[in-house]
Amino acid sequence: MTSVAAPTPRARPSIAARSWAFVKRHALTAYALLVIAYLMLPIAVVILFSFNAPSGRFNYVWEGFTLDNWVNWNDVLGIQAAVIRSLEIGFLATIVATVLGTLIAMAIVRHRFVGRGATSLLIFLPMATPEIVLGASLLTLFLNATAVFQLGFVTIFIAHVLFIVSFIVVTVKARLIGFDRHLEEAAMDLGANEITTFRKVTLPLLAPAMLAAALLGFALSIDDFVITYFNGGSVTQTFPVFVWGIARVSVPPQVNVVASAIFLVAIALALGNVLWQYRSAKRTQGAT
Amino acid sequence: MGTFFHRHRSGTPYLLLAPGILWLAIFFLIPLLFLGYESLQSGDFPHFQFTWEFSNFSDGIRDYHQQFVRSFVYAGIATIACLLLAYPLVYWIAFRAGPWRNLFLLAIVAPFFVTYLVRTIAWLNILADQGPVVSLLRDLHILGPDGRLLATTFAVVAGITYNFFPFMALPIYVSLEQIDPRLLEAAKDLYASPTRAFLRVTLPLSAPGIVAGTLLTFIPAAGDFINAALLGTPKQSMIGNVIQSKFLESLDYPSAAALSFLLMGAILVALLIYARIVGSERLTG
Repeated sequence: MTSVAAPTPRARPSIAARSWAFVKRHALTAYALLVIAYLMLPIAVVILFSFNAPSGRFNYVWEGFTLDNWVNWNDVLGIQAAVIRSLEIGFLATIVATVLGTLIAMAIVRHRFVGRGATSLLIFLPMATPEIVLGASLLTLFLNATAVFQLGFVTIFIAHVLFIVSFIVVTVKARLIGFDRHLEEAAMDLGANEITTFRKVTLPLLAPAMLAAALLGFALSIDDFVITYFNGGSVTQTFPVFVWGIARVSVPPQVNVVASAIFLVAIALALGNVLWQYRSAKRTQGAT
Repeated sequence: MGTFFHRHRSGTPYLLLAPGILWLAIFFLIPLLFLGYESLQSGDFPHFQFTWEFSNFSDGIRDYHQQFVRSFVYAGIATIACLLLAYPLVYWIAFRAGPWRNLFLLAIVAPFFVTYLVRTIAWLNILADQGPVVSLLRDLHILGPDGRLLATTFAVVAGITYNFFPFMALPIYVSLEQIDPRLLEAAKDLYASPTRAFLRVTLPLSAPGIVAGTLLTFIPAAGDFINAALLGTPKQSMIGNVIQSKFLESLDYPSAAALSFLLMGAILVALLIYARIVGSERLTG
């Protein structure tokens, strides 16, 4: 800059000042977009390598495009059974945990009772415990009670309900706090009994919160590795446990296919939700 | 339902709580007791006996203090890296992204939709010796001709940072979003420079999010073993790797149980120190 002869001396500081202002204004945006790119990079790699045609056993280097992995996604021994197992456990554990968690959330939000603080602490603790300790302690219970528990489907199910239920309580609780109780009282005043009121008023109002909580629970269940690995025994495998076992030997591109498919379904649901929020926000803006 | 609850004030909450709380008691609290029972046993698999074997704890510290220190150093560095990456990003989302906020928030949680193990394996692709990142760094002479990123401390810490990033970003976002914009306008009206307004208004008001994010990132990171197992070597082995292999490979349950308790204790001590620092800073600031 200094070596350039400037014909108009007053323009120089203004260009410098302007470019500095430009950098200042856009530095944060550039940084934010770079971090977003960093977050997206491994996802792009997972999806990209699901179309790779590796010549060897490892799927680490790009060698060519193919659709074979998607067409023959279950060509790898054990992968289909593991995916089915993950879905079964995810559904069962989510349903049970959503019911248990919603009941707890209702008790905590709507009632003052002896032991309310201790209950909240008991809900919070599993979320603040490292997964490895949760998994290990549950394993010692199962190992000391082999007459009742054999490691397998049932113990994985128990473990998943345990670590999901706290997240369900937190999610439903947040929604219940802003809940209008006059609606229920109105229903009762109009002659509905407790069961009808619950079925026709409470449950429909709670349904969105329960659905959101259940989706979160299902996502947590299907992604869990550590707790499942500790409590699953050697026979029953979920998809993440299957990946762990196979990662030591070779990672076939079919693993990327399954992970990409799970990702795409989840992102489609979430994007739909974002767009729906965006549109309803626009509509309410237009109305006012 | 309101009147229904009032009439049965004493019993109803306990009926609602019973199934869930029983589940948590039987499968969370009682297992912790069993873990304690296991940690004081001695003998060889499968014939362990309860002998008040406190040496499991002292032996654990003696043999694995390196892995403990490593776990806390890695988790600490990863937590700071998460904070430095996340804060500007969520600040930008909260104050600059406008109607696209929710889309960018979705980008933050998107990694969670890819199976944990698979997204960690994706870093194997990215950091591979024949991969583009390593060859670029070699061409720039940042890495030597045989230099690599995989199987290094860098790879393990980077993996932990990536995997726990949303735990840091989301709580900070929530605290930033709750800031009343009128406070920032007031600071401007009172002639505070943007930097000063940030340091005196925005940053203190987002402190609860930073504290929550730090805890949510550090605790799981300190117990992690997947990143060290997939991206590192035994030289990067963390305490989680030791607990995992003792429980599931060498079947040395008492020692593994003692190490689990030591991990919980160490995390608790770290949290107390952290609370001390955060608390005293708040007092003086």
